[in-house]
Amino acid sequence: MNILRELLARKLGLFGLMTVSFTVVVAILAPWITPYAPDLQLFEGLTLQGAPLPPNSQFWLGTDLLGRDVLSRLIYGAQTSLIIGVAANGVAVLIGSVLGVTAGMLRGIVGAVLMRFTDLMMAFPALLLAIVLAAIFKPSLWIVALVIAMVNWVQVARVIYSETVSLAERDFIDAERGLGASRSRILIRHITPHLVPSIIVFGTLGISTTVLLEATLSYLGIGVQPPIPSWGNIIFENQTYFASAPWLVFFPGFAIVSLALGFNLMGDALREILDPTMKGRH
Amino acid sequence: MTGLPTDTPKAVVLDVRNLTTQVATPTGAKTIIDDVSFQLRPEETLCIAGESGSGKSVTALSIMALLPANARITQGKILLGQSDLLTLSDYQMQSIRGGEIAMIFQEPMTSLNPVMTIGRQLVEAISTHQKIFGDAARKIAISSLDAVRMSESPRRMKQYPHELSGGMRQRVMIAMALSCNPGILIADEPTTALDVTIQAQTLMLMNDLKRDFNTAIILITHDMGVVAEMADRVIIMHEGKIVESQPVIDLFQQPEETYTKALLAAVPKLGSMKDKPITIKYVPGANGSAPPVVEVHNLTVRFDIKDGLLQRPIQRVHAVENVSFDLFCGETLALVGESGCGKSTIGKSLISLIPWNGDITINGLSTGGMSYSEMKTIRRNVQMIFQDPSAALNPRMRVGDLIGEPLEIHNLATGAELQERVAELLHRVDLSPDAIKRYPHEFSGGQRQRICIARALSLGPNVIIADESVSALDVSVQAQVLELMQELQDELGLSYLFISHDMAVVEQICHRVAVMLLGEIVECGPRNLVFNNPQHPYTQRLLDSVPIADPTIVRRDRKLETGDVPSPIRPLNYVPIERKIRDVGGGHFVRDFDQ
Repeated sequence: MNILRELLARKLGLFGLMTVSFTVVVAILAPWITPYAPDLQLFEGLTLQGAPLPPNSQFWLGTDLLGRDVLSRLIYGAQTSLIIGVAANGVAVLIGSVLGVTAGMLRGIVGAVLMRFTDLMMAFPALLLAIVLAAIFKPSLWIVALVIAMVNWVQVARVIYSETVSLAERDFIDAERGLGASRSRILIRHITPHLVPSIIVFGTLGISTTVLLEATLSYLGIGVQPPIPSWGNIIFENQTYFASAPWLVFFPGFAIVSLALGFNLMGDALREILDPTMKGRH
Repeated sequence: MTGLPTDTPKAVVLDVRNLTTQVATPTGAKTIIDDVSFQLRPEETLCIAGESGSGKSVTALSIMALLPANARITQGKILLGQSDLLTLSDYQMQSIRGGEIAMIFQEPMTSLNPVMTIGRQLVEAISTHQKIFGDAARKIAISSLDAVRMSESPRRMKQYPHELSGGMRQRVMIAMALSCNPGILIADEPTTALDVTIQAQTLMLMNDLKRDFNTAIILITHDMGVVAEMADRVIIMHEGKIVESQPVIDLFQQPEETYTKALLAAVPKLGSMKDKPITIKYVPGANGSAPPVVEVHNLTVRFDIKDGLLQRPIQRVHAVENVSFDLFCGETLALVGESGCGKSTIGKSLISLIPWNGDITINGLSTGGMSYSEMKTIRRNVQMIFQDPSAALNPRMRVGDLIGEPLEIHNLATGAELQERVAELLHRVDLSPDAIKRYPHEFSGGQRQRICIARALSLGPNVIIADESVSALDVSVQAQVLELMQELQDELGLSYLFISHDMAVVEQICHRVAVMLLGEIVECGPRNLVFNNPQHPYTQRLLDSVPIADPTIVRRDRKLETGDVPSPIRPLNYVPIERKIRDVGGGHFVRDFDQ
């Protein structure tokens, strides 16, 4: 609760928290607050010539090429983005942490192999890897999440590995070994608690990268498949009409940027709060 | 110097009047220097001494206008000649700093830029302050390296800081400070990070330079030995205030204030144990005939230094080379030596924290080749206390959990019994019972070391390895911790392997001492024999280098060395030279040496 209070005390952190909470609430309440179903093609949603409508009093954010309400699609899209953001990032942080800690604790050959594999993954262009994986599996919400997790665990593993290594060399770990503490005890009681701040920070900061990657994949057409709306594929479907109907690209783009920014600000604030060496510096 | 009447010997170069410095804290402004006044005269060494937190460093930083952003000077004057430094702009201060007042810091590695050669750094300092450039600046740089007795100074100019040893780096810092002929040199714990022999060299050098360059020195130190050796006048600070200010001889012989008296009394003085007999108070039944609790035979520890793509070994550190010793019940054996001599490595080998070769027998059991879980029973009998208590305690655990943890690991107590044992242990090391619920960072250094001792005691060991356990503590706290350790030994019959670089502390506590040099024990024997009649030249040099807190002691002239110190890093094919060990009587052994 202390953390929450400190988060509220920081202007930028508070702004991040508000943006994120707003998106979460809207996504949860989607079925009740959306004016139309997200895939409902409305007759009055198109002009007589068949062109989409700009924002007006009936359709607040306008309509798309099929006469669907952009606001409703955006709200349902928030669900997709958040599910992928939280799930994919959660899996990525989990894989990264487990691999990083294992390599950092074991060192030796096992550690070297694990970390060289991580380096290899890091050297691979993330997008290319995602495209290959997406091509192998048939795209669906969960596959997209999995693909993103496969790409994103690498940085987590790197950081957690180096933190574990430096922790394992601290005097108090030597002191524990001198007492005869078992490896699992050292890991659980003495190393993991020190990694928690980093893991929490990755847990939040990582979501913004994930949301962006999902948008990128969906924009490239290998992400979430229509008719399920996601912020990325709304832009993808409508990009060719950017000049004549800019709202179709502008609103989902704005949503992506503000959610990513929200998570980033929140993560930054959390990092400051959880790092005792940064106390009193903000 | 600007407008100073240098003809009168009583002239004052720096006049600090009623200086008060405050820092901002979450609970409001806190005064850390309170109404400090002193004067510095030419060619004088003024020592500001005090324990940690006494405000001595902040005084120096206030003079240099280098205070951190949350601190400010609220009152006072700092007069350099006619001008008050506190009224000068940042820009004006820049030319004073380095030009008229130079400062050297404790850690020479962090004060030098690691990516610039020392030559460039020297030339840069000279160009900035004296507006001398190119070859002329280079010449001055080389001559200032010569002045600090660096060998082959033109070659040194091309070296980077990491290529030099700690003592050499501190000399570079002094050379840089002196290259602009400052009137005042402020040295903040300049030798604290250095080994004693190197410290002796550095102090001697500073004394020579004071004479050659007519520099006035403000020397900030916690070490009363250094004060006795260097100072003309001494200021004792405590909690931001000047407690006492006296010429050095008067201060040591007739201290006026109770605080000064207590401080001086706590300082271990080398040679003060000369005539005291060695007594082992704890006698477990039959005396003398008991087998040693720890036997070490031919212990060797080597580390490979690996490099390159395939991580092939390229060099080898001979950390410990063929070391043998016994440790008896109720006895304190001190391992002394300078940094890198392998003394801590021996401590870690005893509890198998690192791989080693040779034979180690603890309580009759050979620990060679034991697995981690087999070692567990041994660990109940051998415990270690580390140098830095704040690093050796998990900062995220409460003190009660920390002290109870060893018992939990060995399944010796649970629940109410565990609580009881923890309370007992806290009482034993004189900590209040409410410590249980608090975290390590809420305690002072000395209290934290008590927590570590309680932890080590919890398993009821008979051997404790104390690795520089009091080195990080202030002298008064150090004395208390040593007293506690002594009490515990007398009462419980503990055997200590006391690892330390501080000869004076070692003399206070040990029964026998082993002197280490480059991984080997070069001299070993009962305390009084080794300290009163050192045989090996290294032991002699080590004892000779220790600054003694008595200004009346006249020192033998030391030779100022110009080269690098030898290192235990050897090529892969290096075969250690085997030297005979001579028995000089009374259990006193000396390794042969080159004459």
